[in-house]
Amino acid sequence: MTGALQRFLPLIVTTAVLVVGFLLCAAQFPNFASWRVVANLLTDNAFLGITAVGMTFVILSGGIDLSVGAVIGFTTVLLAVLIEQGGWHPVPAFAVALIAAGGFGAAMGGVIHVFQMPPFIVTLAGMFIARGLGFVLTTDSVPINHPLYGELNDMALRFDFGLKLSLPALLMLGVVAAAVVLAHWTRFGANLYALGGNRQSAELMGVPVARTTVAVYGLSGLLAGLAGIVFSLYTGAGYSLAATGVELDTITAVVIGGTQLTGGYGYVVGTFVGVLIQGLIQTYITFDGTLSSWWTKIAIGVLLFVFILLQKGLLVVWAGRGGEPAEA
Amino acid sequence: MTLSAPGPARNLPQYGALIAVLLANWLLFPDFFAIRLQDGRLFGSLIDVLNRGAPVALLAIGMTMVIATRGVDLSVGAVMAISGAIAATMTGAGWSLPAVLAASLAAGLLCGLWNGLLVAVLRIQPIIATLILMVAGRGIAQLVTEGQIVTFTSPSLAFIGSGSFLTVPMPVVLTIVALAVTALLVRATALGLMIEAVGVNRLSSAGAGVNTPVVLVAVYVWCGLCAAVAGLIVTADIRGADANNAGLWLELDAILAVVVGGTSLLGGRFGLVLSVVGALIIQSMNTGILLSGFKPEFNLIVKAGVLLVVLLLQSPALTLFLPRPKAARPIGTVKPPVAPTSGGAKP
Repeated sequence: MTGALQRFLPLIVTTAVLVVGFLLCAAQFPNFASWRVVANLLTDNAFLGITAVGMTFVILSGGIDLSVGAVIGFTTVLLAVLIEQGGWHPVPAFAVALIAAGGFGAAMGGVIHVFQMPPFIVTLAGMFIARGLGFVLTTDSVPINHPLYGELNDMALRFDFGLKLSLPALLMLGVVAAAVVLAHWTRFGANLYALGGNRQSAELMGVPVARTTVAVYGLSGLLAGLAGIVFSLYTGAGYSLAATGVELDTITAVVIGGTQLTGGYGYVVGTFVGVLIQGLIQTYITFDGTLSSWWTKIAIGVLLFVFILLQKGLLVVWAGRGGEPAEA
Repeated sequence: MTLSAPGPARNLPQYGALIAVLLANWLLFPDFFAIRLQDGRLFGSLIDVLNRGAPVALLAIGMTMVIATRGVDLSVGAVMAISGAIAATMTGAGWSLPAVLAASLAAGLLCGLWNGLLVAVLRIQPIIATLILMVAGRGIAQLVTEGQIVTFTSPSLAFIGSGSFLTVPMPVVLTIVALAVTALLVRATALGLMIEAVGVNRLSSAGAGVNTPVVLVAVYVWCGLCAAVAGLIVTADIRGADANNAGLWLELDAILAVVVGGTSLLGGRFGLVLSVVGALIIQSMNTGILLSGFKPEFNLIVKAGVLLVVLLLQSPALTLFLPRPKAARPIGTVKPPVAPTSGGAKP
């Protein structure tokens, strides 16, 4: 019993922070506790949530992917150029964007595995390349006016009790659900945790390290591509500087969500809650009106610090009980 | 005394690359090496490369120390923003130059101390520890400037960015001073050896009597100080502080400069001068792309290409395919012969 409690403690704390935070906001602003706020929270953070799921997988495998923000930006530009300047229908453009983003991620995974290079620096180069490719396509912000965009933006799932979920929100929820299944009930998920826990042991146990590494970065790229599609729906434009800094927002969400940055331990659901906590802080600042936007950054920084301390504390406790010592 | 004097052969790629890039610039732009003296200050494309490369070179000096301990400091861009914001705001409020400089440098010192304590005492992974300040730091800088772009007219602070000392632009002078002081500190004392020891194996070096927490805190503090000076230069140069954009993404350029300079991200060995050469290579490429009439958009792709090539050349996997390369020589002083094995290379 205590084992399960221990295992889920970071997740429980994160969820408690979200719930308490939401209740505090609701106590201060009567209009806060409405389905509309919840729906906006999900829609506004959909692209972040989708990206963060991919980042969770990468971090679980013991790596990191700094290129996701740039891939989102590149995807929006690619879509805008294909649809507006190339006259493509959005659906094949979406397909091309997803293939390009997924292939880009897989290529980085291949380089990381074959040349044994630190993921940090390979994906940094990937970030430069993706942003650069976006710049080469166009440096302007290109509006996308295809009628399908309007239709997709109007699509929503309405519930009787008043909740209206937009397409981005639904996509994010779908991705999170699929990711939970993938992480906990498939061989790929098991391989991922094994790889992140200890690469050498995983290799000796017969985990296909090469395939898993390529797949996890490919998946991260693919999800960043999907997030790019959502982002272009959300903003109705393609811009090569879009989503700068998203890689750090997603890493922050993953950490707040309780995933161990050394790999091998964490939950996709935690990341989802982490994204919502960041969104909640932003919503609170919007509601308040007098607080300036920079408090978001400071608050998220403080939150990040507190959660890292919590994780460290847990590791020390676990180590004290005869687990693996926490090597820095 | 040898100041970072590894075998000459090991430096060849970096110096060769710098010379190649400079020559390419010269071919594109015949006046590239022309330097003239005007109003008591040197002007010319080459001086421009040095001048514009100064902030990244300063960051690279601090970053080299951090990376040598197997760490990384992502917060340097945010620290630049904080130091610049403090300098511009205090100058605007009428404080004297010494007070302004002291406050800015103190801010950089505090930021470095914070990072160092997280890494050394709380034993948080450096990427994550410094991520906190990277996220929050820009918020703090905006807090200082109250979200405005603060401008000032004081010529005394502006001198740091656009003045000159003995005809050499101040940013270049400051970078040379920082390089000389750092080189003296790490190569004339045992400090450099200790930094490398911590980078190779923190536990063993602690066992061998190295005071690892102090060494780690010291390198992060030094990195913070270098970032603060870089922030001062940028602010003084544009006579204003933009908390949102000052030093944005420069941490990546600094890491790039260090890696191009041949310092391994796995720690344990560093070349200080080579990192500055790395920063100059990057800046020369930037200038070259601008001069050649290529769209500046290609800049990032070229940078990424260079980064990948340098990394591939250093990759442990690649050396397996090549005939046994010249063994990496210990730098200056004795160093454990075994570099971290490539087996489970983690970031």
